[in-house]
Amino acid sequence: MGYMEIIIGGIFVNNILLAQFLGNCPFLGTSKKMETAVGMAMAVVFVLVLAGVITWLIYAFFLEPYKLVYMRTIAFILVIASLVQFVEMFLKKSIPALYAGLGIFLPLITTNCAVFGACILNVDKELNFMKTLVQSMAYAVGFGLALILFAGVRERIILARVPKPLQDTSIGLVTAGILSLTFYAFKGMI
Amino acid sequence: MAKTLTQEFTKGLWEEIAPFRLVLGLCPVLGVTTTMENGIGMGLATTFVLVFSNILVASLRNVIPAKVRIACFIIIIATFVVVTELLMQAFAYPLFLKLGVFIPLIVVNCIVLGRAEAFASKNDIALSIADGLGIGIGFTLSLAALGALRELFGANNLTVWTTPTSVIGVQEVFGTSFEPFSFMVQAPGAFVCLGLMLCVMNLMGSK
Repeated sequence: MGYMEIIIGGIFVNNILLAQFLGNCPFLGTSKKMETAVGMAMAVVFVLVLAGVITWLIYAFFLEPYKLVYMRTIAFILVIASLVQFVEMFLKKSIPALYAGLGIFLPLITTNCAVFGACILNVDKELNFMKTLVQSMAYAVGFGLALILFAGVRERIILARVPKPLQDTSIGLVTAGILSLTFYAFKGMI
Repeated sequence: MAKTLTQEFTKGLWEEIAPFRLVLGLCPVLGVTTTMENGIGMGLATTFVLVFSNILVASLRNVIPAKVRIACFIIIIATFVVVTELLMQAFAYPLFLKLGVFIPLIVVNCIVLGRAEAFASKNDIALSIADGLGIGIGFTLSLAALGALRELFGANNLTVWTTPTSVIGVQEVFGTSFEPFSFMVQAPGAFVCLGLMLCVMNLMGSK
């Protein structure tokens, strides 16, 4: 599998939100306003790439040599949780502007299945280090792209007259389905 | 204020049925419900984790310091997810392969953490078991319903459970001349189906 395939596959064909269904809670929760969507997308890009690389290192140099592969669920979730905490403290101290921008979205990422799922998928596919890095970046960009596109559509839907039972989450899901259909069209590329 | 066990159990089946009333834990709902069997399997695995993590959280609720409670809850949940993973590998391996990445993902399912935080950390063990069972069974029913709908129209089948020797369920429900509506079993169909089911729930609830 070449790098180009990984990039296009990660962003479009196997989009982590719309084709693999990972991270759908923040997808619906933070997409009502463009501002929050951009904040969430940035936070995920940041943490997903870091977490993907670090969990790969832990898997390859710690879990596998010591035959602890069955512990990977606990190990990964602990690594992600402490990574998020660490990133939060680091940003607060050294880049307060970025910290203020990401705000509440950073702690929420601990329970974001996109991050955890991407780490597990990377390890399951037995990618090497560079490919893990590229794959994590592609997933993260795909997440950001889908979330920001969706937020743009959703801001418009507020202006439309939607039947009462369909309002809010319900019409959001149908919209996501149509957005997912457009991403589905890239399937022929790989 | 104090509710009975039955009330705590039944609220999970309709009043607070996940994922419709509480829009939480959507990833497995969308990801695994291509067949009814997958939906039931995923629902039961989540129920197992939910009940046992509720029991442990409720029994340790006076010991866990408030500041680090979330981290403690996650470790408790992760432990039971690993138990589920190992049990499924031993006793339901084909289903484990089909559900794939979504079994470890129960760790980050917001429903499980949400119940630990909102219910089990404030109530005693018996009530927490009732709550976990109720929410879990409600979740299983929703997944089964969505899975059944998608499988019925998308593949023209209805599978309840597959044993190594036989399949329990109905094949070709609409007869052989029915052309399956494959949109339903693919990714976009999941979103649209769930959205429309939510709409029907809202219609029924508003009466």
